[in-house]
Amino acid sequence: MSNKKEWPLFEVFIRSRNGLEHRHAGSLHAADPTMALENARDVYTRRQEGVSIWVVESKNIHASNPEQAGELFEPAKDKVYRHPTFYDLPIELKHI
Amino acid sequence: MDNIENLSARFQERIDAGEKIEPKDWMPEKYRKTHIRQISQHAHSEIVGMLPEGNWITRAPSLKRKLGLLAKVQDEAGHGLYLYSAAETLGISRDEMTQQLLTGKAKYSSIFNYPTLTWADIGAIGWLVDGAAIINQVMLTRTSFGPYARAMVRICKEESFHQRQGYEIMLTLCNGTPEQKEMAQDALNRTWWPSLMMFGPRDEDSPNTKQSMAWKIKRKTNDELRQQFVDITVPQAEFLGLKMPDPEIKWNEERGHYDFGAIDWDEFWQVVKGNGPCNKERIAARQKAWDDGQWVRDAALAYSEKRSNCGERSEGIKVQRSKGKIA
Repeated sequence: MSNKKEWPLFEVFIRSRNGLEHRHAGSLHAADPTMALENARDVYTRRQEGVSIWVVESKNIHASNPEQAGELFEPAKDKVYRHPTFYDLPIELKHI
Repeated sequence: MDNIENLSARFQERIDAGEKIEPKDWMPEKYRKTHIRQISQHAHSEIVGMLPEGNWITRAPSLKRKLGLLAKVQDEAGHGLYLYSAAETLGISRDEMTQQLLTGKAKYSSIFNYPTLTWADIGAIGWLVDGAAIINQVMLTRTSFGPYARAMVRICKEESFHQRQGYEIMLTLCNGTPEQKEMAQDALNRTWWPSLMMFGPRDEDSPNTKQSMAWKIKRKTNDELRQQFVDITVPQAEFLGLKMPDPEIKWNEERGHYDFGAIDWDEFWQVVKGNGPCNKERIAARQKAWDDGQWVRDAALAYSEKRSNCGERSEGIKVQRSKGKIA
């Protein structure tokens, strides 16, 4: 076995057609961004799944920690007044 | 700080509520290990599975068949990659998994240790082996570990082409000369029992099943999936006009299922333990690919390091560097 390090990991994002956002499709290893794009084309768009690809080295992604999900996301839970249905209006009113 | 029992109980509650588990979530060590074992085994099966079929690419009987088979084998490489990536989210490296395959520590599906002797075997593999795999994989699209489930959704979308191309090969042979039909029958005879074994040991001999069901890694038992496969496949064989190589196959009105004969589990365990017809050949082929590819991996890395040291961009597809906001 070689002692060489592995090729870095890249995350792949694909825009399936213009008008839609790029979405995470998966990940792959490649020596550099060019190879990552070439591999992403072969691995993730064999059936016209995309018109545009982004690749980003996984180490450059900063992610929130699931253990902090409570403090991050729970405060939004009790803020029903941020939704339109919180406000009572007469039913005969139109276009609002 | 939570103790392990509390964490485990909360984990089980999340599973019971149908929540998906994502890589960075807390999970019992055994859940992690079981997934690494199962996903890597699944990935290895895709990669080793390319070998028996690759054997026929240059000898496909027509350009149409060659294109179909090439595309199928290429899909399998892709499926292996999706699965390796899913396993890597659990903290095992790609190289570690490769080494586990080459040293025999990790297994792959035993079906790929049988040879592909005739062109009809390519038909039988697509129809039966991919058919059995689809039944397992459709179940796994609902498995509790997010990255595994997502890989399965992608794989299942692509897999039905594999089965249809296989069945079409069988259909063509069965509508051909008596010799061609005989070839199809022979392929069915040899592939049938190993296909049934793909679902794994009987439930009573499968010690991991109970825990895997509780953690929703599996949603159906080996025997349930096997029965489902038999029920689907028998009418398809009848349609081809082929005879099932099991005299005990019979519709059971009461059960609403086909009964079938006993599987030779000694053969199954022999092949799992490395004594199948092609075990050594398959691993030797993977070892050769790994060794022969070493200079390519080294060179690509050296090239990339050299380029980044002198601030150059690499050639090939033009990589667009975003200058500001991208969206």
